Amino acid sequence: MEPNDYDIDEADLELPTEPMRLNMGPSHPAMHGTIRMILELDGESVEKVDVQMGYLHRGFEKMCERGTWAQVFPYTDRLNYVSPILNNVGYALAVEKLCGITVPERCQYYRVLLGELSRAADHLTCNGAMAMELGAFTPFLWMMKAREHIWDLLEEETGARLTHSFFRIGGAAKPPTPNVKARALEVCDAVEAICRESEKLLLTNRIFLDRLQGIGTVSAAEAVQFGWTGPALRSTGIAYDVRKAHPYLVYDRMDFEVPVGHDGDNYDRYMVRWAELYQSLRIVRQCVEQMPDDGPVNVDAPELVLPPKEQVYGTIEGTIQHFKLVMEGPKVPKGEVYSFTEAGNGELGFFIVSDGTGTPYRVRVRPPSVFVLQGFPRMIRGHMIADIVPTFGSVNMIGGECDR
Amino acid sequence: MSAVVVERVKAQFGSKVVETTSFRGDESIVVEPAAYYQVAKFLRDDPACDMSMFIDITAVDYPSRDARFELVLNLYSLHKAHRVRLKTRLFEAEQGEVADATRPTTVPTVSTLWAGANWFEREVWDMFGLKFEGHPDLRRLLLYEEFEGHPLRKDYSADKTQPLMPYRSGPDVLGKQRPFLGDEGMPFGRKDWAPRDASWSDDSLGDPEDAPPPDGTAPV
Amino acid sequence: MGEVRNTSGREAVRVEVTGSEVGFATTKFDALLGWARKWSLFQYPFVTACCGMEFMSLNGPRFDGLARFGAEAPRFSPRQADLLWVVGTISQKQAPALKRIYEQMCDPKYVVAFGTCASSGGFYDNYATTPGIDKIIPVDVYIPGCPPRPEAVIDALNLLQDKIARGDRTPGVVKPREDIVERQLVTLRKSATDLDYGPQRRSGEPPITLGRTSDPKEGER
Repeated sequence: MEPNDYDIDEADLELPTEPMRLNMGPSHPAMHGTIRMILELDGESVEKVDVQMGYLHRGFEKMCERGTWAQVFPYTDRLNYVSPILNNVGYALAVEKLCGITVPERCQYYRVLLGELSRAADHLTCNGAMAMELGAFTPFLWMMKAREHIWDLLEEETGARLTHSFFRIGGAAKPPTPNVKARALEVCDAVEAICRESEKLLLTNRIFLDRLQGIGTVSAAEAVQFGWTGPALRSTGIAYDVRKAHPYLVYDRMDFEVPVGHDGDNYDRYMVRWAELYQSLRIVRQCVEQMPDDGPVNVDAPELVLPPKEQVYGTIEGTIQHFKLVMEGPKVPKGEVYSFTEAGNGELGFFIVSDGTGTPYRVRVRPPSVFVLQGFPRMIRGHMIADIVPTFGSVNMIGGECDR
Repeated sequence: MSAVVVERVKAQFGSKVVETTSFRGDESIVVEPAAYYQVAKFLRDDPACDMSMFIDITAVDYPSRDARFELVLNLYSLHKAHRVRLKTRLFEAEQGEVADATRPTTVPTVSTLWAGANWFEREVWDMFGLKFEGHPDLRRLLLYEEFEGHPLRKDYSADKTQPLMPYRSGPDVLGKQRPFLGDEGMPFGRKDWAPRDASWSDDSLGDPEDAPPPDGTAPV
Repeated sequence: MGEVRNTSGREAVRVEVTGSEVGFATTKFDALLGWARKWSLFQYPFVTACCGMEFMSLNGPRFDGLARFGAEAPRFSPRQADLLWVVGTISQKQAPALKRIYEQMCDPKYVVAFGTCASSGGFYDNYATTPGIDKIIPVDVYIPGCPPRPEAVIDALNLLQDKIARGDRTPGVVKPREDIVERQLVTLRKSATDLDYGPQRRSGEPPITLGRTSDPKEGER
């Protein structure tokens, strides 16, 4: 007799299934930044992600090898284009480390002041965009309003709203304007008022919190494995901040705290940025108190710093010096250094190699957001497709820096 | 502070260490490619070194040297707060050449030691063409698979494009000019490693005959 | 009832009313269509790079540069959009995606190249970057600037609307706004230089251009 049906193992009757593949990007409306993800889905939950970057690769490192040391500055602006001042400062410090010079105190305060405002703009943009992608459009508009206040000041100081190219090797393009201190305090007050208001709107919203809390969790050990730095690392509870661990410029004279989270989820990353925003404003206020009103801005090194325009047009030495600096570039001593600063997304490192000429031999930038992005498949594993948007927003992948 | 690490590595590996330098507070160790992985592992696991954090891996191309590439690994200790740079020198892999133990062209991957190294080794492969043994997924990171060559090598001309899309032909509305022509924009001290790309001509930006008058007024 | 004029000042639609009950309008069909199209642009922002920051500002409260001109609603499907903003650098790797998005849009479709990189590749003159999106797709309006200020973008939108109303598909470039202070400074400087320095251009001579194409030798290179 034939065996009955119920003798067959039930597992054999199941339909063969395979994960569904879905492509997101490279131009996906809900993600800021151009990136492509190949998702492998089990129902609606994400099993595996293949993140493909490079859609904004513009050849930064190759372009640096074409011009002089000074001609790299416009390219650094466009690395992390949300906080260009921090990139300018990072690169300037790297070249100054290689040359063995330190800029005057006034310039150091000036760099910290504008840099922290820039960081505030970075965090405002990241948090605002993340809120917008979750449907909270009003806080985004408010944060844009706050960012306009910061950009107004930066424009008054540097002449450009976004791409400043302001801090140069051995100093700054221009000395601070006379009313920078009064304006900085005004801007801080305005930004802080707007932020407190947005906080009320956003951080008690049930939907917003549910979309963030417990999503994209990463442990501290994993974060270190991935090489995370900046707000993403601090959200897991490790208080590593380059400004505290290895103080540069005048950060050792500033009184500020390093906010940390403990879960390493989207909410913690969001809140760490939020808290850092207030700390940045606090540092700006201290800079205003401590910054000297007089004194040189540029280091006294004629072989590196452009002479003042009166000398260029008035004396033959000034003309020659200007010509040589522009045509040949500042001669940077032979050698190689790695210099690192705290940028909006974490440790922004510049590894530069000089062969003693006016052209960089190699400029390598350590892009902090790539490291965070690299952990993205780990963060999103097991969550829903819809969670990709806030999680990716909290990564704060900035195309220019990520793909260079 | 970081000098402790250099001493530890020297004591442990001795003859495998080619050179150590200290410049502007940066400690760097050059090791033989054969010992590269062991030294990296030692740096991570040794309690005195404790290099828990991967900072960066990159390469520098020196076409005039015999061992052409210098692989640079930057490491950081989160607890001890010291940094060290581990370097090794690699030869260029010739097409069809038999592997020669005296001319090493590859090193083992360190992505097994630090997960963060994964993408950056892919980037080094993409930009310099250096391979990593045992890497789980050695694809191009930034460029596309159709791209030939490795752009950050000094002999890759910066303006040599390999478009994925055929360019449209048509009048050039803006009267476009390239930012750098010939030796323009080049400092005098610059060493030109590669000849300017000979295949490039002004024609690829539109026929000059069709270009609008040079006063830049496009029809509006 | 009055007249409706387009921004170029030319009469586009005339509406006449006789009596209190009946009315009729006369216009050319093309003019009416253009007038309708220009105020109902549905945009697709293809945002890749730095210019996206200014694009955010443009949509932000201070400038509000799109909603005021009838182009508020973004459509995140190219099939529903008729205005493609290409905001930022288009790399060689990105070019096929851009082309595909353009081809998915329905006619009539308009393209704005936002910023120098989208217009010409800018200073990214290298292996990775396309020298302007017009190598890939046709462009209606170019906005210079790295990144352009929101005011320039508003000018670009007005220029595009003007073109749509006229049915003009030739590419246009946004011109710099005239700066009154700068004009006065130039006048002052000119009167100063007339006194101080050597030979000046006479009024009949063509203006000095800095373009390289005027040099006949350039073609030989």
